[in-house]
Amino acid sequence: MDIIPHLLDGFLVALQPMNLFLVIIGCAVGLFIGAMPGLGSVNGVAILLPVTFIVPPTSAIIFLAAIYYGAMYGGAISSIMLGIPGASTAVATTFDGRPMAVQGRADVALVAAATASFVGGTISVILFTAFAPPLAHVALAFGAEEEFALMMLAFSTFVGLGGDDIPKTIFSILIGLVLSAVGLDIISGAPRLIFGDLPGFYHGINFLVLAIGIYGIGEILWTIESSRGEVEVSQAVVSVHRIFAALKEMGGCIKTMIMGSLVGYFVGLLPAAGATPGSIMAYGFAKTMSRNPDSFGKGNIQGVAAPESANNAASTGSMLPMLTLGIPGSPTTAILLGGMVIWGLEPGPRLFVDQTEFVWGLIASLYVANLFALVLNVAFIPVFIWVLKLPFTILAPVIFVLCVVGGYAPTQDMHDVWLMLLFGVVGYLLRKLDYPMAPMVLAIVLGPLAESSLRQSLLLSRGSMTVFFERPISGPIMGIALLLFLLPVFKAFQRKRAAGKASEGGSHG
Amino acid sequence: MRRAELLMAVVLAIFSGYLMWKSTELPIGWVPDRGPGGGAFPFWLSTGMLLSSLWIFVRALRGVSPQSQSTEPYFDSQSAVLVALVVGALTMMIGAIHWVGVYGAIPLFFVFYMKIIGRHSWLQTAAFAILAPIVTFFFFEILLNITLPKGMTEPLFYPLYDIFM
Repeated sequence: MDIIPHLLDGFLVALQPMNLFLVIIGCAVGLFIGAMPGLGSVNGVAILLPVTFIVPPTSAIIFLAAIYYGAMYGGAISSIMLGIPGASTAVATTFDGRPMAVQGRADVALVAAATASFVGGTISVILFTAFAPPLAHVALAFGAEEEFALMMLAFSTFVGLGGDDIPKTIFSILIGLVLSAVGLDIISGAPRLIFGDLPGFYHGINFLVLAIGIYGIGEILWTIESSRGEVEVSQAVVSVHRIFAALKEMGGCIKTMIMGSLVGYFVGLLPAAGATPGSIMAYGFAKTMSRNPDSFGKGNIQGVAAPESANNAASTGSMLPMLTLGIPGSPTTAILLGGMVIWGLEPGPRLFVDQTEFVWGLIASLYVANLFALVLNVAFIPVFIWVLKLPFTILAPVIFVLCVVGGYAPTQDMHDVWLMLLFGVVGYLLRKLDYPMAPMVLAIVLGPLAESSLRQSLLLSRGSMTVFFERPISGPIMGIALLLFLLPVFKAFQRKRAAGKASEGGSHG
Repeated sequence: MRRAELLMAVVLAIFSGYLMWKSTELPIGWVPDRGPGGGAFPFWLSTGMLLSSLWIFVRALRGVSPQSQSTEPYFDSQSAVLVALVVGALTMMIGAIHWVGVYGAIPLFFVFYMKIIGRHSWLQTAAFAILAPIVTFFFFEILLNITLPKGMTEPLFYPLYDIFM
């Protein structure tokens, strides 16, 4: 597969006037959403997916990917100016971004964040362009067994690496899968799990209903509760002269940014990891690599550059498995994947063969989005600072109305709007008890595919589960998945042994 | 928090049990020539849900999970009132859509939210209450061609349909 000609074709798609326009709007919307405390890329993409029904799929995904990108840039703005992360992905940016703002260097921090985001985005898109086609090529040979094994791998990363409470994570995965089974049985066509005989359940539960419920309504309820206190917005003096001075200072961060991009990209590939842990890891690496680790947390520019390059790189990284394998690398890409199904595309490696315009248009648009997000970000710093001062009592009703209308649009059934409200409230109550929400959203998107690949494989193997372990590709994948599922058990065992040894040593010593 | 954690685990366990029972409406065993029955996938998954909610319960009972050790209330009274108010307003809005349609419910919701909860000026409130439905109409009905529910206000839209569609 020749990459360069495909990429050039992709640029022709991405630079069409409408797509270019959508990239710019998407970046601006993403920056805005990212800058608002509490809202991040996943909320923006979930709430705005229904409005993309107006344009063809290629333009729709370009728009949503631009929001994804913009939000990664924008998250830094409130981290720096308010000391509150604009999204969980920008948590690590507050560590040094906030102290810099307090010292009156807010503009330097903002420029550093934007530049680092650009570097992270660019490096990761180049890696993406190089890796995606060969991976998709390999994935073309995958059958139902491999598909199922990959999904098990995706879920196992939440259990093994997610870091949340284990039974709560498992519960979240399972309920997402069960919800995806509501509707008509895929093989026999018989109605299944029709609660209370409501006709609204016959068409199944659209993943968007759950996604908007949790990431729209639930998220706002969460923000309303957690952000009651007054916050102080730092002042930023912005001038062309100061921006250039800040850029010069960024020269010393090149190594940090490259490191951050690589860490972010590879962590971003994993479904359970993604941008938040990626950026925190990059921050940690930058600190250990530094000659002056004590200056971190007190306004070191490297501490802004590392996480910001990592979270942008991770967002690109999470798109790689989504496009090539049909397995989303993050909640946001899970929603994009669900969107593809609504747009009538079949996610997975066949996209690279059947939908070259879609795939390469998207890839090329990432290069374009990166550039525009950088320019818009730096040019409109004062606007975003104004956004941060918007009272939440104006934003919240606007978002609620968007959620309600957006929840209605895909199926045009009020039943789904009520269901969305229910999911939002229940999701919020569960989240208060630390039930992770991302696995649930991923599971409802992957559910139908997981069920059909499982049933197909079992039908062919006459009910024998060993088929997943016997095939040359699905075998090792299943093996890794099992190891990840069991990882917490090993860890607990090790801890017990360590504790046992310690107490033994104590009693003898 | 501890009580909420335990209670939630019980509620989830009951819900899982209900899902298991509901799944058995379809065959959960092996159907010859068709593979696993239609109920098998949700049945075994909800069995897993039941087991994990019991696991959560036991961990909470033994005080292993952080929530079961926390003495903080699940809701403090101030945020409980605020969240209940917002959820109530949302429920009323969605309910009102059935009756007065989207274009009646949205302005009412804005007036309630911005005036009563947010204490904004009447001017600001009115601006949003009037602009929001207009933007919604042009975006969803005209651009996207998605007919939103209008309830009893439907006849008022006939002239608009004539102009724009």
